[in-house]
Amino acid sequence: MRKKWRLSADDIELTLLALPTTVWYLLFAYLPMFGVIIAFKKFKPLPGKGFLESLLKSKWVGIDNFKYLFATPDAAIMFRNTIAYNAVFIVVGMLITVTLALMISQLHSKRLAKVVQTMMFLPYFLSMVVVSYFVFSFLSADKGVLNVLLKQLGMEPVQWYMTPKYWPGFLLFINVWKGMGYGMVLYLASITGIDASLYEAAIIDGASKWQQVKFITLPMLQPIILILFIMSIGRIFSSDFGLFYQVPRNSGPLVDVTQTIDVYVYKALMGMNNIGFSSAAALLQSVLGLITISLANLIVTKVDKDSALF
Amino acid sequence: MRKQKMDLDAVARFNRIAAPTNFFFSLFFILLALVCVVPLVFVAIISFSSNASIQKIGYSFMPLEWSLDAYKYIWRERSSVGTAFLVSIGITVIGTITGLFLTSTMGYVLSRPTFKLRRFFTMLIFIPMLFGGGLVAAYLINTRMLGLQNSYLALLLPVAVSSFNCIILRTYFQTTVPDSIIESAKIDGARQLLIFFQMILPISLPALATVGLMLSIGYWNDWFSTMLYIGSDHQDMYPLQYVLISIERNMDFLTKNAQFMSPDSSRLKLPAESTRMAIVMVVVLPIAMSYPYFQKYFISGLTIGSVKG
Repeated sequence: MRKKWRLSADDIELTLLALPTTVWYLLFAYLPMFGVIIAFKKFKPLPGKGFLESLLKSKWVGIDNFKYLFATPDAAIMFRNTIAYNAVFIVVGMLITVTLALMISQLHSKRLAKVVQTMMFLPYFLSMVVVSYFVFSFLSADKGVLNVLLKQLGMEPVQWYMTPKYWPGFLLFINVWKGMGYGMVLYLASITGIDASLYEAAIIDGASKWQQVKFITLPMLQPIILILFIMSIGRIFSSDFGLFYQVPRNSGPLVDVTQTIDVYVYKALMGMNNIGFSSAAALLQSVLGLITISLANLIVTKVDKDSALF
Repeated sequence: MRKQKMDLDAVARFNRIAAPTNFFFSLFFILLALVCVVPLVFVAIISFSSNASIQKIGYSFMPLEWSLDAYKYIWRERSSVGTAFLVSIGITVIGTITGLFLTSTMGYVLSRPTFKLRRFFTMLIFIPMLFGGGLVAAYLINTRMLGLQNSYLALLLPVAVSSFNCIILRTYFQTTVPDSIIESAKIDGARQLLIFFQMILPISLPALATVGLMLSIGYWNDWFSTMLYIGSDHQDMYPLQYVLISIERNMDFLTKNAQFMSPDSSRLKLPAESTRMAIVMVVVLPIAMSYPYFQKYFISGLTIGSVKG
C-alpha cells in the first residue's frame, strides 16, 4: 500500500512542471473561493493588518447581507433579468445557430459558404466596447442612423438610450449577432463530420431532405447540442457584463431592463462601495450556478449518459 | 476507386437542394454576412467623415465631405494613443506567452496516464469550472492581498489561465502525441522537463497556436481588468480598449496634453466624433485584417474543446 504512493522521479518532475500553474490556481481561483465568507461578514479593513487577517477578524453577521439585499427592489430585478435574458438567449441562440448550420451546409457553392462563414465570424472577435460604438452609431439620439432615418420618414426621433421598452429586443439582437457565426461554425464542423454513407443509405430508401435532417443530422448533432446546453445552463446566473453595462452606456433610465447580477455586483462594489450586498449577490450567483450545472448534468445523464459533462 | 468517387459525386449531386432553394439560401446568407460586417464599415466611414458633415447630417453612410482630420489628430496625439497602443501590444504578447506556459505545462501533466497525482491535478482545475469565488472576493484579494492595484500584473495574471484551455491542450497531447516517443525518450534517459520543452512543444504547434490565439484575442479585447484595477490617476497605463471607454463621454484622455501643444496645432479643432471612431478602427483593424487567416485554428480549438474527457 505504502509503496504504491511512493512518487517516482518521473512523478516529481511532472509535479514540478505543474507547480507554477498550481500556484496560479491557488491565488486566483481557490483564494477567492475561500474569500466568499466575506458575504457572511461585516467586512472592515483593519488598519495595519493584512486583508486575510481583517477578513477573519471582521464580525460574523450570518445572513444579514442577504436579508438586506433582498429587501431592496434591485434583487428581484437583477435575478429576473439575468435568468430571463439567459433563457431567451439560450433557446433563440441555439435554434438560430443550428438552423443556420443546417442551411449553410446545403449551399451548392462551397466558396460562398466559406466567405459567408468568415464574414459572420467577425463579430465574435470584437470586444463589447467596440460593439457599443457600433450600436451607438445607429442609436445615438441626435446623430444615429435610426433617428436620421425616422426624421426623413417624417416621424418623431426616439431617445433610444432613455427608452427601456426597446432594449430587450436590442440586447437579444446584439447577442445573436455577435454569437451566430461562432455557433454556426461549431455545429457545421459536427455536420461535416457525419459519415456520408448514412445519407447514401437514406437516399436509397427514398428519404427526403427534411427526413434526412430529422433522422440523421439532428440525432448526430444531439451530443454536441446537449453539451453546449449544459454549459450554458450552468452559466444561467452569469451574464456578459459588457453587453449589459457597456452597450447600453450604463444609462440610468434603462436600469430596469439592463441590470443583471454582474452589473449589480460591479456597481455595488465600485460605485456604492457596498461590499456586503455585492459579495452576497456574487456568492448567490456562484452557488446557484453550481446547483444548476449539476442539475442539468444529472438530467442529461438520465437522458443520454455519453453526453454528460462530468 | 475512381468509380467510387464518381458515384459519391453523383449521389451528392442528386441529394442537393433544388436550384431555387439554393438561390434563396445564398441570398439570405449574403444578407446575413453583410449584417455582420456593415457596422464596421459604417464606423470606418464615420472616421473618414468631416466634422462639419457629422454636425450637419449626423452619422451617415454617405457623408457630405470626406476628411482625414481624425487620423491626423490621432497622429498628433500619438504620445497618448500611441502609448495605449504599445500597452495593448505589450499586454497581449507577454500575457499570451505567460498564459501559454502555464496552460501547456498543466495540460501536459494532466495528459500523462502514469502520473500518480493526475487525479489530484484534474480535480484542481475541474473544481473552478463549477464554482468560483465571484468578482468581489477576487477583486479584494487581488487588490488588498496581492497588491495588484495599478499594476500591469493585474491585467496579465488573473486572465492568464482557464481550465477550458488546459483541457484543450490535455486532450491534444493525449490524442496526438504518441506515448511511445515519450517512453523511448525516457529510456534514453531524458528528463520530463527536457521531453516537454524539446520534444512535446515543437510537435504541438497547431494546438499551441489555437490556445495562443484565443489568449491573444482575449488580452487584446480585455477592458474589464483595466476598469477594475487601473485607477483614473494612472491613465498612461490604459490599453486601447479602455481608452475607448474613457473617451466615450469626454475626450479628456486625448486633450490632457493640450497645454503643451504649439499654438499652431491648437488651432486644429478636435474632431471628437470622427476621432472616437478612428480609435475604434485602430483597435479593430489588427483583428479584422488577421482573423480570416487564423480562424481555422479557432475552429479546431472549439471542436477539440467540446470533446469532453
